Amino acid sequence: MSLDPATVRRIARLARIGIDESDLPALQRELNGILGWIEQLNEVDIDNVEPMVGTGHAALRMREDVVTDGDAREAVLSNAPDAAGPYYTVPKVVE
Amino acid sequence: MTYLIEGRDGPWELVVGLEVHAQVISQSKLFSGASASYGGEPNTHVSLVDAGFPGMLPVINRECVAQAVRTGLGLKARVNLESRFDRKNYFYADLPTGYQISQFTHPIIGEGAIEIELADGSTRMIGITRLHLEQDAGKSMHDQDPARSFIDLNRAGVALMEIVSEPDIRSPEEAGAYLRKLRMILRYLGTCDGNMEEGSMRADVNVSVRKAGEPFRTRCEIKNVNSIRYVMQAIEVEAVRQVEIWESGGSVDQETRLFDPARSETRSLRSKEDAHDYRYFPDPDLLPLVIEEAWVQDLAAHLPELPDAKRQRFQDEYGIPRYDAGVLVAEQATADFYETVARGRDPRLAANWVIGDFFAALNRTGRTIQDSPISADALGGMLDLITDGTINGKIAKDVFEEMLESGESAAEIVERKGLRQVTDTGAIDAAVQAVLDKNPDKLAEYRSGKDKLFGFFVGQVMKAMAGKGNPALVNEALKKVL
Amino acid sequence: MMLTELTIAAAQGGLRRREFSAEELVGAHVAAIDRLNGRLNAFITVTSEQALDAARRADAILAGGGDAPALTGIPLGIKDLFCTDGVRTTAASRMLEEFVPPYESTVTANLLADGAVFVGKTNLDEFAMGSANITSAFGSVENPWKRAGDAETVLVPGGSSGGSAAAVAARLAMGATGTDTGGSIRQPASYCGIAGIKPTYGRCSRWGTIAFASSLDQAGPMARTVEDCAILLQSMAGFDTRDSTSVDIAVPDYRAACGRSLKGMKVGIPAEYRVAGMPAEIEVAWEQGIAWLRDAGCEIVEVSLPYTKYGLATYYIVAPAECSSNLARYDGVRFGRRVPGASLDELYEATRREGFGAEVRRRILMGTYVLSAGYYDAYYLRAQKVRNLIRKDFENAFQTVDVLLTPTAPSPAFAQGEKMDDPVQMYLNDVFTVPASMAGVPAMSVPAGLSASGLPLGLQVIGRSFDEESVFAAASALERAAGFTHRPAVRAEVV
Repeated sequence: MSLDPATVRRIARLARIGIDESDLPALQRELNGILGWIEQLNEVDIDNVEPMVGTGHAALRMREDVVTDGDAREAVLSNAPDAAGPYYTVPKVVE
Repeated sequence: MTYLIEGRDGPWELVVGLEVHAQVISQSKLFSGASASYGGEPNTHVSLVDAGFPGMLPVINRECVAQAVRTGLGLKARVNLESRFDRKNYFYADLPTGYQISQFTHPIIGEGAIEIELADGSTRMIGITRLHLEQDAGKSMHDQDPARSFIDLNRAGVALMEIVSEPDIRSPEEAGAYLRKLRMILRYLGTCDGNMEEGSMRADVNVSVRKAGEPFRTRCEIKNVNSIRYVMQAIEVEAVRQVEIWESGGSVDQETRLFDPARSETRSLRSKEDAHDYRYFPDPDLLPLVIEEAWVQDLAAHLPELPDAKRQRFQDEYGIPRYDAGVLVAEQATADFYETVARGRDPRLAANWVIGDFFAALNRTGRTIQDSPISADALGGMLDLITDGTINGKIAKDVFEEMLESGESAAEIVERKGLRQVTDTGAIDAAVQAVLDKNPDKLAEYRSGKDKLFGFFVGQVMKAMAGKGNPALVNEALKKVL
Repeated sequence: MMLTELTIAAAQGGLRRREFSAEELVGAHVAAIDRLNGRLNAFITVTSEQALDAARRADAILAGGGDAPALTGIPLGIKDLFCTDGVRTTAASRMLEEFVPPYESTVTANLLADGAVFVGKTNLDEFAMGSANITSAFGSVENPWKRAGDAETVLVPGGSSGGSAAAVAARLAMGATGTDTGGSIRQPASYCGIAGIKPTYGRCSRWGTIAFASSLDQAGPMARTVEDCAILLQSMAGFDTRDSTSVDIAVPDYRAACGRSLKGMKVGIPAEYRVAGMPAEIEVAWEQGIAWLRDAGCEIVEVSLPYTKYGLATYYIVAPAECSSNLARYDGVRFGRRVPGASLDELYEATRREGFGAEVRRRILMGTYVLSAGYYDAYYLRAQKVRNLIRKDFENAFQTVDVLLTPTAPSPAFAQGEKMDDPVQMYLNDVFTVPASMAGVPAMSVPAGLSASGLPLGLQVIGRSFDEESVFAAASALERAAGFTHRPAVRAEVV
């Protein structure tokens, strides 16, 4: 599989990473280089092999339903680049 | 009765499936220890986990898992002892981590079913495809600043159950019945408050149309409809829109739409070029969720009686009609109220009073059963006075109104106002004689064959006794004299 | 006495015997940082004042005469991927240039509770993505080692924990924390002539450590001796309810394990690690290591890990996939850099374009692609299946042997500017370290000797899950046999 410029544009859009048209050829070349290299996995027979899930050491631990956190608006907003009063902000979203 | 849309070229059948997002009742959030309660000052029910700070990790809430299992059991669905959490990746202002933790490939609950009942008394089974746990998003506010939207993460991370139905629904009425029944079950279970106005229950509606016998055609998804009435309206107008497209030679695009109740129309929400690609994959911060069969059994053993079972029991145990039983079990609180009233009393009399005067009084005063001015015990006390002959049915209505006003017990009111039924035959005879004396002309008419006047005399005697005469004894005394 | 030359084990004794004060010990390291960090760039943020304050508090505790916690007064460097309460934490990214966490990671909180003194936040590849510490937004780190007869050429320290490795090698800190996703502790340890262990996945809490690839990331210590690593890991490790992947298993006495006899230990030599084109001197160092362990009483067994050769390709699907999702939170809204935009999407795209460097952007794009509709099965799902085969390789090998011995890296440290045109060439540095990461098993690099060019070469000991003790035992034996006393050209006591 090989990436065309339209696909590179599409994944950059999905990842919300701005790219210039002038970035495209180099990105395409690098990504295709990596993809070409990882194609070696196609030679592995994976029939009847389960994908690895978790660590195999334990199942998920559950915590009790108790309020132990929150009420820390100062911390929550401490690094906000553009807070307005008690809120985070983004450019106006038109719905 | 089959619901059909009459098109130019003949009838079309409706196909609907519902995805309901039901907010789980819990103290804290699905993966963080912040409060899950509604309201709160902006960004106060937020932990750094909810805000997606670097290095913050999710830890699952046992009660949220239990609530999902209870709901699965209530929907007679398969409980999957192993399930998994996946990340659904997309960017949005109210999604702090850039992904929602959900269950995509291995939901906690599998297939189940809900029986719905329609206005004509017929019933249908609607299949449940699955139920899974996921996180709610935060809230954006668009009206506080000209250039910016404000973000409050209080809801971000609260547990939701997404309950997906099979495309078994064939009319707006069935959709409404399904949602009401589902909400009833969730409320009985105590797993979701079902409050659609506050958004704790919302529906995504999948609608398509087809000719009889055809396979499914392309469907549209109407997102986030927040009342049962709107769901029914949205289905109706969307079906008509699709029929028009097909009949004019076009084809329906699979897309997400929004219902606008003010205009009673649906409209497209997202353009196709920005189609979503959620890139689901197993959340590496969470291991597979494995629950014990014994734990599920224990949760099952502690489930409350559910509406269908309760309705059947009311019919069997109390001998009340199926319709009345249905009305009484519609809400757990009503059913409990009724049972308290009916315990040790005439269950039919209790049902008549609860469904009749009591419901009417709640309606009239705008009260709910929780803040009713008349408790179940108080109403029961009044029924006791009827049964033991202290008051008659007519006086009971007045006593009931007085209880509503003053909050006093029936016995107190009867005592205070002297409403005790008169069974003293001497007093009744005297009253009868007085009425006859006052109405010699009516007496003559009666005796000349106008039998209908008997009722007039009963009324006059009761009036003279301020309604307190025992009706049977009054009748008897009159018959004797006349 | 050169306080910067001491091991942690020796300093623990010296402090308790009041041979020197914590203030003197920390002060010596702070002075070394002042002198050398401008050149080496091993630290992004130096916290001299806080460190000296902490040292004075440590002296008060030591003067109390009671049981001072194990690491009281010991100066450490903290990889700038661990969130530190009130101290800027950057992940070496412009994105987090101004980020000050209001919380302390579990690992650093454990070290602080044991009395450790943090002298600063060490440099790394941006978001731990790199093998040469050249992707940091705060500049590259210089390896304190020089090729014999070449004082000019600047070598890379390895990565991603390159700042930690350089700081420890140059005696700017007695030890440091690292994180290892595919070799980020072991490979820089090898390049800088120090020891470093990636413990079993689940041994150290990931809470409060900035995530790169969650199913692989694991914190571990870097120090100049195996025993010092054992002392540090003892403090860093432990069960944490805030990390769902943390494993509730008691932490054994690692320091005691360092002195354990190797009599009867079975050491596996995986045939597949003899890769084509491996430099002869790496092969020689490996053979030497095998001989040392045999002499120490080990039984040497040839084993096969047939899927090892797919480790790297598997890694470069799984790690970018997870990173593409983990790094979605850096969007300019709640913390970190924000580049204004007229719309929400413009804000996102501008912020993430400017906030992330080229390698991070490349990995996010790669990860986005391998998870996208239509490609998930071909790439991500296939990779997770191969990963399971790799894990089973290790499980099978550990049926018959107690540890595995391999080289840590296919070469000694290379020069800045080499291998930089082709990402795949750079990725190949991790060929020996990635398989253990994929399987989650513990692995340690220990200095074994010098290359022909006078640069350190490391050997890697890989153990069973949660059996770091055998790893420490074997690594200690190698360390004793190697008698590695070489020191880098650039270090504290060299003016």
